Amino acid sequence: MKNNAMTVGMSNRGKTPPMPARKGAKNPMQTFKRLMAYMLENYKKRFILVCVMIVLGALVSISGSVFIGFFTAHLEKTLGVGALPDGKFYGLLVAMLCIYLLGILCNYTYSRIMMYIAQGTMKRLRDGMFTHMQTLPLQFFDSKTHGELMSSYTNDTDTLRHLLSQTIPQLISSVVTIVGVFCAMLFYSVTLTALALAFLFFLMFIVGKLGAKSSRCFVEQQKSLAKVNGYIEEMMEGQKVVKVFNHEQKAIEQFFAHNEQLRKNTTAANVFVNVMGPFTNNLGYVQYIVLALAGVLLASGGGVWGLSLFGAINGDAWGLTLASIIAYLSLARSFNMPVQQVAQQFNTVVMGMAGAERIFEILDASSEDEGGNITLVHVEEKEGGYEQSPQGKLWAWKIPQENGSACYRLLKGDIRFENVTFGYTEQKDVLKNISLYARPGEKIAFVGSTGAGKTTITNLINRFYDIREGKITYDGLDIRSINKSDLRRSLGVVLQDTHLFTGTVMDNIRYGRLNATDEECIQAARLANAHSFIRHLPQGYQTVLHGDGANLSQGQRQLLSIARAMVSDCPVLILDEATSSIDTRTEKLIEKGMDKLMEGRTVFVIAHRLSTVRDSHAIMMLEHGVIIERGTHAQLLEQKGKYYQLYTGLFELD
Amino acid sequence: MLKTLSKSIRQYTRQTVITPCIMVVESAMEILIPFVMSLLLRVLQTTQELDSLLLSVGIYGGIMAVMALISMGAGVLGGKLAAEASAGFAANLRQDAYEKIQKYSFSNLDKFSTSSLITRLTTDVTNVQMAYQMMIRMMVRAPIMFVFASVMSFVVNPSIAWLFIASAVVMALVVVFVMSKAIPQFQKMIKKYDKLNSVAQENLTAVRVVKSFVREGYEIEKYKEATGEVYDFSIKAEKWIITLMPTVQTVIYITMFLLFFFGGNMYLSGSLQIPDLTALLTYAMQILSGVMMFSMVLNFMAIAKPSAERIVEVLNEEVDLVNPASPVYEIPNGSITFENVNFAYNAQSEEDVLKGVNLSIRSGETVGVIGGTGSAKTTLVSLIPRLYDVKSGSVKVGGVDVRNYDLTALRDGVAMVLQKNVLFSGSIQENMLWGNEEATMPEIQAACRSAQAEEFIERMPEKYGYDLGQGGVNVSGGQKQRLCIARALLKKPKIIIFDDSTSAVDMRTDALIRAELKSTLPDCTKIIIAQRIASVQDADRILVLDDGEAVGFDTHERLLQTNAIYREVYSSQTQGGEQA
Repeated sequence: MKNNAMTVGMSNRGKTPPMPARKGAKNPMQTFKRLMAYMLENYKKRFILVCVMIVLGALVSISGSVFIGFFTAHLEKTLGVGALPDGKFYGLLVAMLCIYLLGILCNYTYSRIMMYIAQGTMKRLRDGMFTHMQTLPLQFFDSKTHGELMSSYTNDTDTLRHLLSQTIPQLISSVVTIVGVFCAMLFYSVTLTALALAFLFFLMFIVGKLGAKSSRCFVEQQKSLAKVNGYIEEMMEGQKVVKVFNHEQKAIEQFFAHNEQLRKNTTAANVFVNVMGPFTNNLGYVQYIVLALAGVLLASGGGVWGLSLFGAINGDAWGLTLASIIAYLSLARSFNMPVQQVAQQFNTVVMGMAGAERIFEILDASSEDEGGNITLVHVEEKEGGYEQSPQGKLWAWKIPQENGSACYRLLKGDIRFENVTFGYTEQKDVLKNISLYARPGEKIAFVGSTGAGKTTITNLINRFYDIREGKITYDGLDIRSINKSDLRRSLGVVLQDTHLFTGTVMDNIRYGRLNATDEECIQAARLANAHSFIRHLPQGYQTVLHGDGANLSQGQRQLLSIARAMVSDCPVLILDEATSSIDTRTEKLIEKGMDKLMEGRTVFVIAHRLSTVRDSHAIMMLEHGVIIERGTHAQLLEQKGKYYQLYTGLFELD
Repeated sequence: MLKTLSKSIRQYTRQTVITPCIMVVESAMEILIPFVMSLLLRVLQTTQELDSLLLSVGIYGGIMAVMALISMGAGVLGGKLAAEASAGFAANLRQDAYEKIQKYSFSNLDKFSTSSLITRLTTDVTNVQMAYQMMIRMMVRAPIMFVFASVMSFVVNPSIAWLFIASAVVMALVVVFVMSKAIPQFQKMIKKYDKLNSVAQENLTAVRVVKSFVREGYEIEKYKEATGEVYDFSIKAEKWIITLMPTVQTVIYITMFLLFFFGGNMYLSGSLQIPDLTALLTYAMQILSGVMMFSMVLNFMAIAKPSAERIVEVLNEEVDLVNPASPVYEIPNGSITFENVNFAYNAQSEEDVLKGVNLSIRSGETVGVIGGTGSAKTTLVSLIPRLYDVKSGSVKVGGVDVRNYDLTALRDGVAMVLQKNVLFSGSIQENMLWGNEEATMPEIQAACRSAQAEEFIERMPEKYGYDLGQGGVNVSGGQKQRLCIARALLKKPKIIIFDDSTSAVDMRTDALIRAELKSTLPDCTKIIIAQRIASVQDADRILVLDDGEAVGFDTHERLLQTNAIYREVYSSQTQGGEQA
């Protein structure tokens, strides 16, 4: 019960998505070994100390109860009523107190060390998970829901913390206590111990049965909890629609059904947990009575059965004395306790192993490759050639040569696709044999229905995904030979889904280039026409945005992400529906800024609104992963093909 | 707070009341058993006759066994009832909060963010449920244990009993002290956890942004800083928690030491028997664990308190938009009048969102609404189905102030296709029934045909049985918008409002939908908010909004001549080449 009270508020904090269906661990033993190895890597010595302390603590508390036996025996047998307390009387008492205090010291020391081990391991595990996650390819994120991954960060690590800091010490201590008490019990009486053992097996049988049932109920409870959470989430998101359609009563009725199911399952799961305690506890009393009766029988007729070790050693016909029965009975009670504790930890271990397995799965996922060894550097013009210089205004590709030197190629922004074929899965090609080129400073537009492959093309330029066939070159270099980070650093991107980060507006603009000054950020915001609304925010540029900028409109968020891209000052730009949520009048207003942004840069534009793409050097009309038309606006209109139909409103984009 | 919460106990009152009573029985047994045990041991000590010894041990053992069985029965029953009561209470609480939210007006809803409402209905309810169960099981049990065990100790030996009471006081002080130190630290730690999780969450949703800007290292630093803080604050909090057990144990063992010291002396002086001594040991444990349990329950409640407060906030929120006393149920026609309407979302805000709007729309008229971002287009139309109440002035539908209508009747008569529109999990057909529960299949098909949705529905494998997924994720933006229009059409309203509801639909389809509306709903007043002039230029009249003011309300041609803002919008779109 030690820390339980405090963990309540911690699990499942905030808006954690509904838990995915929780499955048991596939290979619990191996996972357990790995988890222990992970922990021991940093804390081997300390953990050994912890184990020693636990063992010591357990042994001490066993011997404590033996001392009670000694003490009462001494009172009764040696001293008797009417005598004065002797040295042994005080000696035993002080020894008992010392033993107990030593036990407390052991327990405190191990919990304190274990606290550092568990928290340290959790930090390492979280950091490791996050650091590794940052290296994972997009395919990984595509294959998992955010809910699943978030659940590993929250629920799974939380269960593991509990497992490491409490369950494992508890298990070790329980095992030691069980073994220790068992030996002590044997010392008193073999017969009674055999009897106690029989009871133990009975208890374990019941606990096992109940435990299995309770695990099943818990799984059911989690399932219906996830369902209710999912339903609540959906209805809260759509609450205004509910109102507009007078759908309140219906929504209440539907909720009732889900809620009722959850109530039933929660009740069932909790009944098992609640019943376990009284059941085992009182069974312990029954055992006590049986042992007491048997003890009396043995004490009185011990000679007949002649099984009492104690009696045999002492040559006492009574075998067991009253005092030793008292001691024995208290031992028997402390024998059952750890067994119950082990039973109660059962659920934690099962859940902990399943959680650890999911965490290791993330840690084991393979990272995306770093790309080639060509890097992006600042250069200065010197004596007809270029030389690397941090202050240089120009960008160049640094191409390492075989002899260890390097040559520089000025970054121009010439991008070519040569017969590129790509699919997110093996079965389905999204882009088929695409060839295109963008000369430095050109604006290339992609037009087509949803799913035609427009965004996919841009995903291939920055190597979010790797192509299956063909080749993409950047200033004549195969993009696979360029270091991935440097490749991406050279591409400024404004994505359709604008994502902002918790932090000030200024921080969010500066995300584009971390060393940008405040003035540069404000200048970018002005160009993006975001300055005026930012000024109206409560703290202007210092206003803190929360939860993906939920307090801003979609249009305002787009303006901020345009400003962010402006600050980044990249030679090549990708604008994926960058202005889709901005009304045409505002779009007109930021046009100047956009023109400035695109000036001298190679730009790839994806837009729904044809007004945005009209002045492109080339417009590519995509359909089902194939470029069906290409040319300038005027050329395409003249062709009277799909673009013409789209432009004149005869054809629908979806 | 407690009064509000206790209203949700209802049908579980029986379990809630009986559980503590049963706990009294269980605790009584738990205390009586050691008493009988000591009697048994005393008999063992005093009786020398083997036969009578066995008999008495048998009798006492039998009594103890019966008591253990009663205790077990009570414990099991109590556990079962407690589970029923707490799960039932939680279910009621969730249901009540949910029903209350259903009564909320739009401005009530605006006060709470969606995610906070979700947290309140899920995590917070779970926390309260745990504290509740703890409370009904332990709240009575702990004091009873304490009182019973104290009484028994006084019966056995009053002077030693005083020792126990003293220990109990010390124990209570110790536990309260440690907890008062630990709880604030824990609350700080939980805040750090929230921050940690929000960094992880952001990185999951914005993974493309992070990768595009090559900010992996930056994010890792940010995350490590957050895990570092969690580490520091966890250590600070846990440091206190791990001292709790040792200090409690110290109190227990010192009490034990004193018990044996004084008890031993008393035995020697003949005033105390050994079985009494062991019984007293048990009572000491029970008294002290009673104190412990009680303070633990208090801790649980302290931790659940913020959760409970958040739920009570939802329950006690005053619904600011209610049905009138004698409502009008019949909407005579689809005419709309705005008279000097002023409106602000927040009563305290200095500037109104709508300023002195006067409008008169005839029944059956088609009205377009044009205006830049933030010009209050959505606000204006939200007043018609009374999603919000005006600050001053009045909005009339069919010549009657909207505040005089029955809300359900009004909203049935005024269909609105929201800008942020949502479909729900379930089939297309199920979603269509939102518009009209009694709609027949031919009616649904007709509505979908009018909204130009039939064509893609027919292409789906399951047609109208196609599952839309949570929030309608299984269809594209344009398809979603058309389904939302069809859903609104099924209401057969007097007035229909489209709030930028064809933005993802191409112009041709957009035009087809408008043409359909004209022919199928000739008498229905149609209000169309649009970004594209093309979507509204053939409307009877167009309302131009600028910063909350109606600056123009006329036909397309006349506005082009007279209205500068309209002209500007028009030219921005025609020059862009979007016009046919």
